[in-house]
Amino acid sequence: MEPREGFFDEMYGLAGNVRAPYRAYGNWFADEQPRRLLAKTAEAERVFRRTGITFNVYGDDEAEERLIPFDIVPRILGASEWATIERGVQQRVRALNAFLHDVYHRREIFKAGRIPVGLVADNAAFLPVMLGQSPPGGVYTHIVGVDIIRSDEGRFMVLEDNCRTPSGVSYMLENRETMMQMFPELFAGRRIRPVGDYPQNLRTSLEASAPPAADGPAVLAVLTPGIHNAAYFEHAFLADQMGAELVEARDLEIVDGRVAMRTTEGPLRIDVLYRRVDDDYLDPLVFRPDSVLGVPGIMDVYRVGGITIANAPGGGIADDKAIYSYVPEIIEFYTGEKPILDNVPTWRCSEPESLGYVLEHLSELVVKEVHGSGGYGMLVGPAASKRELREFRKKLQTRPANYIAQPTVALSTVPVLTRAGLAPRHVDLRPFALVAPGRVQVSPGGLTRVAMKKNSLVVNSSQGGGTKDTWVVDD
Amino acid sequence: MLGRTAGGLYWMFRYLERSENIAWLLEAGMRIALTNSLELDDEWDSVLLTAGQRMAYVERHDEVEPAAVIDFLLRDQHNPSSVRSVVELARNNAREVRTALTREVWEATNATWLAVADALRRPVPTRDLPRVLSLIRQESAYVRGALHGTMLRNDIYNFSRLGTFLERADNTARILDVKYYVLLPSPLDVGGQLDNAQWETILRSVSAQRAFRWRNGGNVTAWGIADFLILDRQMPRSLLFCYERIDRNLAHLATDYAQQHKSHELSHNLRLRLADRSIDEIIEYGLHEFLSECIRAGNELGISIEHDYRFDC
Repeated sequence: MEPREGFFDEMYGLAGNVRAPYRAYGNWFADEQPRRLLAKTAEAERVFRRTGITFNVYGDDEAEERLIPFDIVPRILGASEWATIERGVQQRVRALNAFLHDVYHRREIFKAGRIPVGLVADNAAFLPVMLGQSPPGGVYTHIVGVDIIRSDEGRFMVLEDNCRTPSGVSYMLENRETMMQMFPELFAGRRIRPVGDYPQNLRTSLEASAPPAADGPAVLAVLTPGIHNAAYFEHAFLADQMGAELVEARDLEIVDGRVAMRTTEGPLRIDVLYRRVDDDYLDPLVFRPDSVLGVPGIMDVYRVGGITIANAPGGGIADDKAIYSYVPEIIEFYTGEKPILDNVPTWRCSEPESLGYVLEHLSELVVKEVHGSGGYGMLVGPAASKRELREFRKKLQTRPANYIAQPTVALSTVPVLTRAGLAPRHVDLRPFALVAPGRVQVSPGGLTRVAMKKNSLVVNSSQGGGTKDTWVVDD
Repeated sequence: MLGRTAGGLYWMFRYLERSENIAWLLEAGMRIALTNSLELDDEWDSVLLTAGQRMAYVERHDEVEPAAVIDFLLRDQHNPSSVRSVVELARNNAREVRTALTREVWEATNATWLAVADALRRPVPTRDLPRVLSLIRQESAYVRGALHGTMLRNDIYNFSRLGTFLERADNTARILDVKYYVLLPSPLDVGGQLDNAQWETILRSVSAQRAFRWRNGGNVTAWGIADFLILDRQMPRSLLFCYERIDRNLAHLATDYAQQHKSHELSHNLRLRLADRSIDEIIEYGLHEFLSECIRAGNELGISIEHDYRFDC
């Protein structure tokens, strides 16, 4: 395979020689018939279709359920590479939890002048209702997904934190399942760190954050908006794997000051609710009054310690893109350490000097909406037409504080299998961290998202991105 | 278990059972068409009637025409009881209750939906009909096998089976009720042999020709068929068999939950209608009246179960 000029390829490096973590895989691959592997790709697709591992696309009636493309070439990380990521994620997640506690309590970081208070006070993700509120066990973000990119051999950088309801972990697990079924020979006799204990770890870590009101073993439930939600498969998958009930708002009611689900035997109290519903929709009495996805009165129960909501409401303030650029400061402030993982350099368009720079270099930069997600509402400068650039320039000038800009980082590539053989495609990595009181656990590897289109830098599944199995192997 | 989950399971299995029943009805109808043994249009009309879809059909079509009836019952998306519609409903219910199903049951259901949707994408020409009908039946058997082989015998299982047997009892009762006049003794043929094609249709609609012969040898009488489909304890589609199963599934729920509901009383009464009855008594009472009452009581029981176990949240 010919690596893409100027980009770091994780299998072939810059020079075209197979790198150490890929050596064993490379040998196996060299002996394989391309035709057999292409047939395996088709087989994987049938397995996913049959298993119902699909996602829904909003506003797309025709293909209500789509498959996320799956590529059979694994993304492989060596143990020492992984160790850096793991420690970096743990450090980051600890700092973000400390930050959240501070934001909703003493606000030391603002007093110390490390972050402008306006960034939080005027932010829609900041929930005044959480002021002075301490979540059970002190955990704000029970589940965090950190989006990481790699620019060269040693350098991993964080592109984004996901502290609200990060998704994709079911793909991490199913991708591994699928790979083991299709290529058992690759796993036999090789130490690839297992990821299958994630659901059990999720359960344990949620139980560890049970509320004061829980007596006896904690009752867990996963709250989903329903079968039409894009990530419904994942909600059902996690509930199933954890042995928790999968509930919708209409299954819930408040009984004797506790949140309870309506069962065939009458109401049953819930101790820990892993909600996959946004803050705004959680409680129509406190947030959006038109929400039918939430439970009226749940925030009252929460405030008096009657239930754990995971992740805690108001945690979105920690993964806001405007806050993102301050995370290195946040880490130093709360941990007293240097960040192990760097941020991607970021210009805050709210600052006049940065705005000037961004406007001047618009065609070289990626500009993102501060509150956007899923790759919507962003401008990729080098790929944009003149008209798009003109329109975005106008947006920037009207509401500069709504945007941040980053250089188009040279995302690393990993080969994917195409009809013409291996071809480099850009990837990112989303490791998943579980937070329990006093403990942060990172599942080895995570979800590798891959832009399936040649030269594309957009890996989001809503924009046609695919996934790969991600291995951590011994050095 | 969530009340909504119990409801989802119950309906999932009702719909799956319905898809299979419609396939059998069509198979019986097709058979008659091939042998030209009866008045064709009448026969397709009674297929519609048995499927409970005559009104809906007449709203959309002027004439009872074989190809149109087949398409209506197999594929029409305006018909909520077409095979395609019910398989999709079953699969959507399965998706809602995904966490209550084993991987095997879910995958079998999902695969059924994929296969049936694919087979019914376009109108099915007569030459393909046997293959498509047998595919529908096979897929349905596949889900049933996964259910029996992999599921715990707990409340989940009991709600699933309640859906199956309530739907099945309703189907058998309606087949008999639509054809009851065939089974009634007339002065002309008392004690005599039935019209071959007529009884075949009835038995074929529940896929029981072979079973009936095992039980009765070559002796095909109206009494015999009515007795077989209403009172036979070993025939898995007879009313008595279904009612006994329903009663047993409800009894399991009562024990597991330590709760008695109105459903238990209704189910008990339904079973008593048949227990220790002979077919002579039933026919003397009036076969049509008897069957109508069974259908009505079955509906009432279904509604009561939905209420007692909080299906609608």
